[in-house]
Amino acid sequence: MNYIYHYLVFPGFLFTGICGMIASFIDRKITARLQWRKGPPFFQPLYDIIKLLGKETLIPEGTSRILFLLLPIISLSSVVLLGTIRGVVILWPDEPFIGDLIVSIYLMTIPAICLILAASVSKNSLASIGASREMKLLLGYEIPFILSLLVPVIKSGGKIIITEIIKYQFENVPFVFSLSGIIAFIVAIVCMQAKLGFVPFDVSEAEQEIMSGVLIEYSGPPLAIFKLTRMIMLFVYPLFLVKLFWYSRGASFLMDIIAFGLKYLAVLVIFILIKNTNPRLRVDHAIRFFWIHCTLISLVAVILALFGY
Amino acid sequence: MSKLTLNALTKSIWVFHAACSPCNNCDIEILDALTPRYDLERFGILLAGSIRHADALLVTGFPNMKTAKRIKYLYDQMPKPAVVIAVGTCSCGGNMFRHSYNFVKPLDEIIPVNAYIPGCPPKPEAIIMGVVKLVKALRKGNK
Repeated sequence: MNYIYHYLVFPGFLFTGICGMIASFIDRKITARLQWRKGPPFFQPLYDIIKLLGKETLIPEGTSRILFLLLPIISLSSVVLLGTIRGVVILWPDEPFIGDLIVSIYLMTIPAICLILAASVSKNSLASIGASREMKLLLGYEIPFILSLLVPVIKSGGKIIITEIIKYQFENVPFVFSLSGIIAFIVAIVCMQAKLGFVPFDVSEAEQEIMSGVLIEYSGPPLAIFKLTRMIMLFVYPLFLVKLFWYSRGASFLMDIIAFGLKYLAVLVIFILIKNTNPRLRVDHAIRFFWIHCTLISLVAVILALFGY
Repeated sequence: MSKLTLNALTKSIWVFHAACSPCNNCDIEILDALTPRYDLERFGILLAGSIRHADALLVTGFPNMKTAKRIKYLYDQMPKPAVVIAVGTCSCGGNMFRHSYNFVKPLDEIIPVNAYIPGCPPKPEAIIMGVVKLVKALRKGNK
């Protein structure tokens, strides 16, 4: 019963949904201000979701109806589960969950896999182009991402429990203030940009080129669920980086919460700035960037971490 | 249509831009209206990439033999509730192509049209005014 409450209300669906909408508003507002515009009103993400929920659902002819409608729900529930695990682990640290770092890494790939499957079942040629690009990107960014997440694991002495990694940062300095930590943090931010589907790496749904690619056949409530998943990802994914790399103890619990929020906002603004100042990369350029540059740099970070820098 | 859905619809209109054999002037004006200078995102208006995401169909040009059946097909693919806006004198009534050999019939006899924005081409301000009038009419019609 307690778990259902956690999943549906507090660190789960309702809380992450509201925070995700606020994060999405911040994203759109900062983008607008950077383009010298006024930007949308505060409740715009909510209006979008409500409007999409009230629209008709069209299902393309000859597809698997069950899969077509189930995939958005799987994608949303995995992201919500991710948020719930993190929230429960942070707020009630006396119930440790061994290996939650690994579970989190797996859960973070599920939305991308759902997008690939959703594009494949929707029987559209542009959607299948989007699916193949998303698949290549997924293969590209997973390797440097996992390598850069190895750095906090190595530095905390082989811990794979997020609470233990946080505790280690409480007792010592946060990992961003070491050489290997800052390198891994930067690589992880770049990979996270691709995970969120933000601009230098948004080839899978390039609007001007393949007409929103993977989501092209989705309409009404399923599309609303995919949009909500994106918003929650915008809240949960940067938080994960802040927890792993940049968690320090303040004077009191309240100060801790405020500092944590400010750090989250700083990482979010970095994402938005990268998004607004870069053109879209072609998929082969993106893969070369991830496999050669990012992987090598994160390997260097892992080696530095092994030597204790 | 419930009141909540309608209110949300009028606050977040995603437009799809259908060029129905125009001379391209109206299309340029539509793109102008979507630039940062006019900032339509203030009203929640965004350009949608796919017709499945769209709430409003902006039609430019006059329906001829080739595009008339396609604009009907496009309208059927759009999830309802949705609106159709005819931009430019051609889509409102045929303009100088009215007596042309390949003119089929006016746009509003093919698909239902909710708003007409005449002009050859209409200015971005005129397009925004047309959309705002349509939004007001939709909100009033519900009460």
